[in-house]
Amino acid sequence: MRRKIPLTIAFIFGIVMIIQFFIPHPVSRDFYQTILDWIVIVFAFTYILAVTSLIRMHKGKIKHKKQGWGFSYITIISLAVTAVIGVVGGAFQPTQITTWLFGRFNLQIEQSTILMLIYTYVQIPMGATMFSLLAFFIASAAFRAFKARNLTAILLLLTAFIVMLGRVPIGMLITRRLPEIFQLSNIVEWILKYPNMAAQRGILIGVGLGMIATALKIILGVERGYLGGGD
Amino acid sequence: MKSMFVIRILRIVFVFLVSFLSLILAQEGLEVPGDFIEEDTLINILAPTEIKAFDTPNDAGENITIQWRAPKDEASIITGYEIYRSEDKYRGYEIVGFVGKGTLEFKNRTKDGIEYYYKLRAKASDGKCSPFSEISKGAVSRPQFFHTGRINALVAIVVFLCLLLYFVSTAKKGKSLFIRRIAGLDALDDAVGRATEMGKPILYVPGLSSMSDVATIASINILGPVAKKVAEYESTILVPNRNPIVMTVARQVVKESFLEAGRPDAFNEDMVFFLTDSQFGYAAAVDGIMMREKPATNLFLGMFWAESLLLAETGNMTGAIQIAGTDAVSQLPFFVVACDYTIIGEELYAASAYLSRTPMLVGSLKAQDMGKAIIIIVIVLSFILSIVNTGFLLSTHITNSFLSTIIEFFQNMFNV
Repeated sequence: MRRKIPLTIAFIFGIVMIIQFFIPHPVSRDFYQTILDWIVIVFAFTYILAVTSLIRMHKGKIKHKKQGWGFSYITIISLAVTAVIGVVGGAFQPTQITTWLFGRFNLQIEQSTILMLIYTYVQIPMGATMFSLLAFFIASAAFRAFKARNLTAILLLLTAFIVMLGRVPIGMLITRRLPEIFQLSNIVEWILKYPNMAAQRGILIGVGLGMIATALKIILGVERGYLGGGD
Repeated sequence: MKSMFVIRILRIVFVFLVSFLSLILAQEGLEVPGDFIEEDTLINILAPTEIKAFDTPNDAGENITIQWRAPKDEASIITGYEIYRSEDKYRGYEIVGFVGKGTLEFKNRTKDGIEYYYKLRAKASDGKCSPFSEISKGAVSRPQFFHTGRINALVAIVVFLCLLLYFVSTAKKGKSLFIRRIAGLDALDDAVGRATEMGKPILYVPGLSSMSDVATIASINILGPVAKKVAEYESTILVPNRNPIVMTVARQVVKESFLEAGRPDAFNEDMVFFLTDSQFGYAAAVDGIMMREKPATNLFLGMFWAESLLLAETGNMTGAIQIAGTDAVSQLPFFVVACDYTIIGEELYAASAYLSRTPMLVGSLKAQDMGKAIIIIVIVLSFILSIVNTGFLLSTHITNSFLSTIIEFFQNMFNV
């Protein structure tokens, strides 16, 4: 019974959503919108579980003085402060408190709320910092990947060399006197457009079929892995 | 002299009659498009022709499509077209939209069940306009009950469903079906064993996407058997999450797996936890876990974006055995470079069948293969047909429409 109920729900909703896909009528559209609204509602409630999990984990770290436990204090305090600021000061539109506060100190800032201020000047730079690390990681990964150990590795190295050189101005400068088809930019274009695209499309066709198969397997109850237990 | 007087009288009467008639016509609103010339009308621009108005197909109603043919001198001075609408064919036209030059279609929001008439005129850069086009036939918008543009998707689903049911029933009868070896999935056992021997945890990252992503569902399907093995080996698993719904599902899956392995006591809710919904915040947190906890095995299975290399490269630095799998084609090279094994594209979806060897799931893999075979045959056929495109064969309307149907089918199916 514990398995039958979720399987039945998955079957009914799966079939209904497939039928909905083929019906453009407003009734079908409204039904789809209702389902989307429900997803948002469920999502909002799962955040309670998520925040509980986060606090519990960091509380445990502090309690057992695990490595880096000091950072757990920062996480919990940041979470609490941001939440209070968001609730009291408003997320996108300023509340009366924010307006009063800004007026009191004669503050003229481009962000409408303090939460947006935190988002713009704290979260975005931190995200950008992590993203910028990618450049160094790509360099170290490329250094490891482009070792000419065997024939395929040599081919990979050569192709990568051509593509990288063809993407920078010096590559075009070197080959500018050659016939057009031998110019690096055109060779790179050809590599990306044909061999590379052919391989990508091959993977995409497999992925497309895999997606349909997985969806149908779940709807028909053949695939039960998502219920746990291993099969 | 007398005849001149009569002619003058007749002229006056004629002018009077014409004025009288014009007044009546104006009051009745009988204006003849094309003949109606306003002060700002530029008569040397031709009016748009062949105006067609019809109910927009395959929609939820409340929409009419208007199409027209551009005047020959469009390229010269025309800036766009003004579209007028009325519920009465002969009067009460109001402007409902303006589209730029080169656009020959306009979709107008309407009320269902009401007949609308349309006419339009071209507008020049100096603000002057062409005469009005002819009035379109009346069009009524209605909602449709079936999206005819999705017949190809319906056919594909039905064919694939038939294949799936056939192979699943064949597998159920006990016929053995061959599955090729997938190194990344074979290595899962060793990876869990290695972590157990080293006494270190296994890090399982179920991707960064939501539960509506099929890659995440596939990842959760793999998490079940992995967690079961972890429970059997009495090891530890860490499942950091970015999405609260995925966290809830993953927690339940791990719990069920521990229960099935006969180790419910070993399950700890903190094994599956939430980090943050920020993409790079999540990457930073997982990197931190890898550097502090030093897991013996890292599994990155699901949907990944730009953070894939940040995760895989950090894991590589810690010396963990790494198995990654994703259907994000652009992230695959990063995983190939930084991980020991990579599960590529569809292999991710085949993983649950491969690991469990359940006949029904293995049968579904065969259906997938058969689907691929059909696509390959269609591609080869399309290729051959496109080569002979210049020949007499494809000069026929039937063959051309057949080819365009195939092309459209693939475009819709793979969103190319």
